[in-house]
Amino acid sequence: MTATGAKATAPSAPAFPQDRTCPYQPPADYPGLAAHGPLTRVTLYDGRQVWAVTGHAEARALLVDPRFSSDRAHPGFPVVMPRAENQSDVEIPLIGVDDPRHSRQRRMLIPHFGTKRIAAMRPQIQRIVDGLIDTMLAKGNEAELVSAYALPVPSMVICALLGVPYGDHEFFESRSRALLAAPTAEEAAEARVELQDYLHRLIDTRQGESGGGLEGILGELVSERLAEGELDRDELVMMALVLLIAGHETTSNMIALGTFTLLEHPDQLEALRAEPALMPGAVEELLRYLSIADGLVRVATEDVEIAGRTIRAGEGVLLATSVINRDAGAYERPDALDVRRSARHHVAFGYGVHQCLGQNLARTEMEIALGTLITRIPTLRLAVAPDEIPVKPADTLQGIYALPVAW
Amino acid sequence: MRLTIDSDVCIGAGMCAMTAPSVFTQDDDGYGAVLPGREDGGGDPLVTEALRACPAQAIAWGEGGEG
Repeated sequence: MTATGAKATAPSAPAFPQDRTCPYQPPADYPGLAAHGPLTRVTLYDGRQVWAVTGHAEARALLVDPRFSSDRAHPGFPVVMPRAENQSDVEIPLIGVDDPRHSRQRRMLIPHFGTKRIAAMRPQIQRIVDGLIDTMLAKGNEAELVSAYALPVPSMVICALLGVPYGDHEFFESRSRALLAAPTAEEAAEARVELQDYLHRLIDTRQGESGGGLEGILGELVSERLAEGELDRDELVMMALVLLIAGHETTSNMIALGTFTLLEHPDQLEALRAEPALMPGAVEELLRYLSIADGLVRVATEDVEIAGRTIRAGEGVLLATSVINRDAGAYERPDALDVRRSARHHVAFGYGVHQCLGQNLARTEMEIALGTLITRIPTLRLAVAPDEIPVKPADTLQGIYALPVAW
Repeated sequence: MRLTIDSDVCIGAGMCAMTAPSVFTQDDDGYGAVLPGREDGGGDPLVTEALRACPAQAIAWGEGGEG
């Protein structure tokens, strides 16, 4: 097959991305996408059409193929929401660059996110988690779990790792949310500049302090990479900004939505409580099932044959992870949440050279945060009806805005 | 046949060590490594899974005797 047009039987390209109705299920129309997959056409908000990958094998093949670029400056790179318009002059380190630039940036950070380094953080993460639960329990028998737990856990952890003072969390959390969810490019850029200014000021202030100075990853990047000329100040600040946002926004969504999903699947929750050793596997299953980064983006730099069709050089590609991670060819009963299954090879962290740098930190945080919560508060329940839980819209990381709970 | 990890390609995801911990580990710098004496894979069926799990495709079977 060499046809590049739509299949004769394909419907007109549906809109992408679409809002979830139930926060732990793909949008209602996405299974229809899969029926026309593993590679199909979708329509973006501004009417342009791009490719969408829904097949698991095809997604993994594409994500390791160097002919697909993550470079936001590429003229064909799909702009999937208004706030991403006209951003091609702003380099997003790690995420929005290709090798060799990507590799140079990533290799500066790999030692900080190695499994041994992360394992050494377990006692500290456990202390943070226990402290937050102590506070919730001391306040009574109900809480709003996003603000009391799901957000502060990863926020405190990334602050400690990066060397950013947690006392500034209200500022950087609100600016991060604005950057990831602003309705316009102008508002997103404003939030980004505020965060950049904040990090520049932090470096200036701390460098001037006697004896104290910068700690964590930020401290090392400044004292070694900046000092040795491997990084310039602006690139360093943007790298720190990416780590700060990626470090708290993603994991907080997983902790909140993961808790909600378990509360809605009491048999699975009970299995986990009875057998805590299931928790690492349950984290993988929740990553697969929830697929909160639902729409990875690439552009082809050459013509590429995939699934019998040709993606032309310059054409955009979206990878619908919520559909890919429920490919019946890869997982049995893919729509069932099953904490005992092997959810191996999911693409919730992506795949290929851009696969999530912080994945082992994220796994550890989720394992400790979810495991400790359900153990220490065994009577945890929703304080409102499930359909009252506010769901985030399609054009940002998937999750919930609030989770009122009681015990 | 011996297992090798190309450290110039490895992105430190840790999938090998997580998937087949009897054969793979991570060194102190966060890069994948084959455990000493396990270069032959030790007959562990999870080695195949680890090769498949590696996001950077940095692990390979190479020539080199019986390990």
